[in-house]
Amino acid sequence: MGAQTGGGGVSAAGGVALGMVGGAIRISTPFLFVSLGECITEKSGRVNLGLEGTLVMGAMAAYGVSYLTSSPWLGVLAAGACGVVLGALHGWLCARPRVNDVAVGIALMLFGVGLAFFLGKPLIGPTAPHLPSVSLGWWSASGQVRSALQVNALFVLGLLTTAAVRFVLRKTRWGLVIRTVGESADAARAMGYDIARVRLLATMAGGFLAGVGGSFLSLFYPGSWNEGLSSGQGLMAVALVIFARWDPVRCLLASLLFGGASALGPALQSVGVTSGYYLFNAAPYVLTLAIIVLTSSRDRALLGQPAELRMAR
Amino acid sequence: MGIGVSIGVISPVTEPSPGGAAAVVATAEARLAARRRSVEAFAVPSAAILGALILFGIFVALTGRNPLAVYHEMYRGSFGTWFSFQNTLQRAAPLMLTALATALPLRLGLVVLGGEGAMVLGGLAAAAVGVHLHSPMSVKVGMFVVGALVGGAWVAGAGVLRAYRGVNETISTLLLNYIAIALLNHMVEGPLRDPASLNKPSTLPIGDDNMLGNLPGLDVHWGLAFGVAACLLAWFLMQRTTFGFAARMVGGNVRAALLNGLPVRRLIVVATFLGGLGAGLAGAVEVAAIHGTANASLVTGYGYTGVLVAFIARGNPLGVVPVALLLGGIGASGGLLQRVFDLPDATVNVLQGIIFLSILFSDSLYGRRWARKPAVAA
Amino acid sequence: MAAGAIFVAVLGGGTPGSRSHRAVAATPPLTIGFIYVGPKSDYGYNQAHAQGAAVIAKLPGVKIREEEMVPETSAVQKTMESMINLDGATVLFPTSFGYFDPHILKEAAKYKNVTFLHCGGLYTEGKHPTNVGSYFGYIDEAQYVAGIVAGMSTKSNKLGFIAAKAIPQVLRNINSYTLGARSVNPKATTTVIFTGDWSMPVKEAEAANSLIDQGIDVLTMHVDSPKVIVETAERRGIMVTGYHANQAALAPKGYLTGAEWNWGKVYTDYVEMIQAGKPYPHLLRGGLKEGFVKVSPYGKMVSAAAKKKADAAKAKFMDGKMVVYKGPLKDNTGKVVIAAGVEQKQTDIALEKMDYLVEGVVGKTH
Repeated sequence: MGAQTGGGGVSAAGGVALGMVGGAIRISTPFLFVSLGECITEKSGRVNLGLEGTLVMGAMAAYGVSYLTSSPWLGVLAAGACGVVLGALHGWLCARPRVNDVAVGIALMLFGVGLAFFLGKPLIGPTAPHLPSVSLGWWSASGQVRSALQVNALFVLGLLTTAAVRFVLRKTRWGLVIRTVGESADAARAMGYDIARVRLLATMAGGFLAGVGGSFLSLFYPGSWNEGLSSGQGLMAVALVIFARWDPVRCLLASLLFGGASALGPALQSVGVTSGYYLFNAAPYVLTLAIIVLTSSRDRALLGQPAELRMAR
Repeated sequence: MGIGVSIGVISPVTEPSPGGAAAVVATAEARLAARRRSVEAFAVPSAAILGALILFGIFVALTGRNPLAVYHEMYRGSFGTWFSFQNTLQRAAPLMLTALATALPLRLGLVVLGGEGAMVLGGLAAAAVGVHLHSPMSVKVGMFVVGALVGGAWVAGAGVLRAYRGVNETISTLLLNYIAIALLNHMVEGPLRDPASLNKPSTLPIGDDNMLGNLPGLDVHWGLAFGVAACLLAWFLMQRTTFGFAARMVGGNVRAALLNGLPVRRLIVVATFLGGLGAGLAGAVEVAAIHGTANASLVTGYGYTGVLVAFIARGNPLGVVPVALLLGGIGASGGLLQRVFDLPDATVNVLQGIIFLSILFSDSLYGRRWARKPAVAA
Repeated sequence: MAAGAIFVAVLGGGTPGSRSHRAVAATPPLTIGFIYVGPKSDYGYNQAHAQGAAVIAKLPGVKIREEEMVPETSAVQKTMESMINLDGATVLFPTSFGYFDPHILKEAAKYKNVTFLHCGGLYTEGKHPTNVGSYFGYIDEAQYVAGIVAGMSTKSNKLGFIAAKAIPQVLRNINSYTLGARSVNPKATTTVIFTGDWSMPVKEAEAANSLIDQGIDVLTMHVDSPKVIVETAERRGIMVTGYHANQAALAPKGYLTGAEWNWGKVYTDYVEMIQAGKPYPHLLRGGLKEGFVKVSPYGKMVSAAAKKKADAAKAKFMDGKMVVYKGPLKDNTGKVVIAAGVEQKQTDIALEKMDYLVEGVVGKTH
């Protein structure tokens, strides 16, 4: 039995703050992966609202594969693979004439979630092996601090991915190609890039990351497969990308902020503040809406928005 | 961003044609094109749905069940018996109303997902108001009016944010859905709670004599009639009034609409408001016809299914009625699929998703195979 | 459709208005329908009912039909009608609390020859139709015993309770658990977190982690599916007591004991009554003594002393001598909720309206 039970030495307010830090890291991981994936997709000028379906499909696939092979990392890969397939389906459909991106996204969301629930029925009961965690708080004597900084491996991977995505988009040729396709289709065509293909690949990459984000939900936190796993996280992540102005590092910060806000309700309750817990639980949504309203403007396009992206005008 | 596919513009050609044989050819071509569009508008979605059913059959076969048997049970559970058909009608009724919340803004090129939140708050408001009114008729009318208005205001809020602040309406309505549900739960368990409703927190009941009854001869409540009427009204509004024409112009080309001096912002707000009226009414009907009170069971998911209905019907309010019946039927047959074939309840969602994807794929088929020029004698 | 109605009427039989449901105890099997609000394999509320259904499925002359994931809307009305009309069911067990009003009541008025048995204890003689019955178990008795085990096993004296909503049934569980724990360990406290709904895995996981961060070392819950909480507790190395069904398989180290339903017995009793044509009581309730609920087998970490105290309490329940709610009892704001000398036995109506949290519980009801 691990000595994970917290000791004294931390006040109630400190307890809430620690709870929010730990919660922020825990809850933000799927948002981070999905928003990074959507960032890539939207940089190429396409919007993929179907990531909710990809997230749930990824969670189911990861759980199932982890259960069957006893390797959670294989589960993560399987989740990514599902994401690639769904992303490819999205990209292929959207490339056809007269097909509306947003509608395809919503359709894939419904289909992905339905298929995941269908295939995942036998997975509700069993327990699958989990992803490991890394202890970043070993230096503290307080059990609470240590547990708050008990960071899962995927979060660490997420940090690395953030840096990688930023590097790729800014400094590599692929990144330039994606950004050109996203900023000006005419310029891209003039340079000989196959726009449909670039967007397809970008959507597949985004799907991969979203699938991996889903694997986190079932293989770490909450760590189980069932049908209430996602409460719109995939769609929230798309909102976060806009909020983050299509910048990978800001995606990380936005995810952490959202995660902290989500942890507010339970953290307050655990120190006895229970009034109006429904309203506290709505905090992340209100926060996201408020920020989007404050930072949107009727006339100017949002700063950093790829010009070819027609969604957030 | 316009969806831009207007279905079967039925207005007759009234302008006098310019003189000459060329003019004859021009109007003949125009008439043929119009007829082609009308045929397409019906044939293509039907073919898409048929294709989706076939794909679904393959999917079912892959799980080891006999697709023909599954089709048979689905038919039996949705339209095959009088009981099943009424089940379908009952399920279709709220869908017709919530679909309007998405369908009307869709004609303007907006993607609104806010039917769920509007329905939930409409139901809450209706229940809260209904308790204070007295005669059964005033209760019902008051409930429906208030429910619809609250729903309309909620979605119009997103419309205002879009029109005057540029906030993307898909995301804002989605966020507003969650906020609406949180508000419902907070009010139902707190300020509006009926003290006698101990183990299932609910608002004060409106009373049995104030409930909405069934249509004569049917085991389906009046909400069905409201749904059909609302869709007809909406269709009339969009196709035969200047408002509808202006709205569709905005959906076709915003810049052109602005250049023509159309009050685009106001149109956006009005369209979202009108759509929200439908969803709010759905909530009021759910309270008045089924529960008699507002509680957590008001979060039904009809709003999201309504989004699906609106998209499959391409935003055409008249198309919403048969599509709602189709989706109601699929939902009605879900129980039989579980009990006879041991298929999970999510089977219905898979079929819905396949239909939706198939319809979207069929979008790219418009105007393709029928591109022959008409042979007209010069 | 008409043929189906006649079929149902023949099977139903009996004089209208009679309190009993006389079934033809001969060749046609008794078709019993079960309706669940969630998945059958949730390791929780629905699984407990499904386990009970599986018990009676093996009885001779009984056929069961199950449907899961049916929401508490008009959908359940249609499911019931579908089972009656298309499957020929004559007895229905719609198991979720919210199915009763208005759904079961409406259908019972329509199908007077079908028996509707609801889990929840809401039946009122004279107000509700005679082809409806209610049953419920006093699972808070099992929670009391589980609380004793928790109180004896905790090292930090902090217990945690993750609950869905602050309704009387749930508050009763929280209070019984705390009273049991404090009866053996007066320093124990129970911190409560309300998640807001019956099935919210992310909130439940977050609540579990928050509580553990605050130093809680024994968790319990009242949510539809305890799986997430039990697994989280096991992973973080703390102890847990279960609810609804036995979750020991999910937490081989930390599972102490649990409060379980024993619906198999209740359903078997009903089937016997119905098949024999005997009248069934319209309000059937029981606790540990009647076998409606049970306490899970003790886990590895339960000390001998804890077992002794828990067994002693169980014996008192079996004798009918245990009264959990007796005065003087204060709530956690200091108010006296049960005066000195007053005893509220299990069937006392006041307990059905419980709206307080006893002394020792950290948290508020709203």
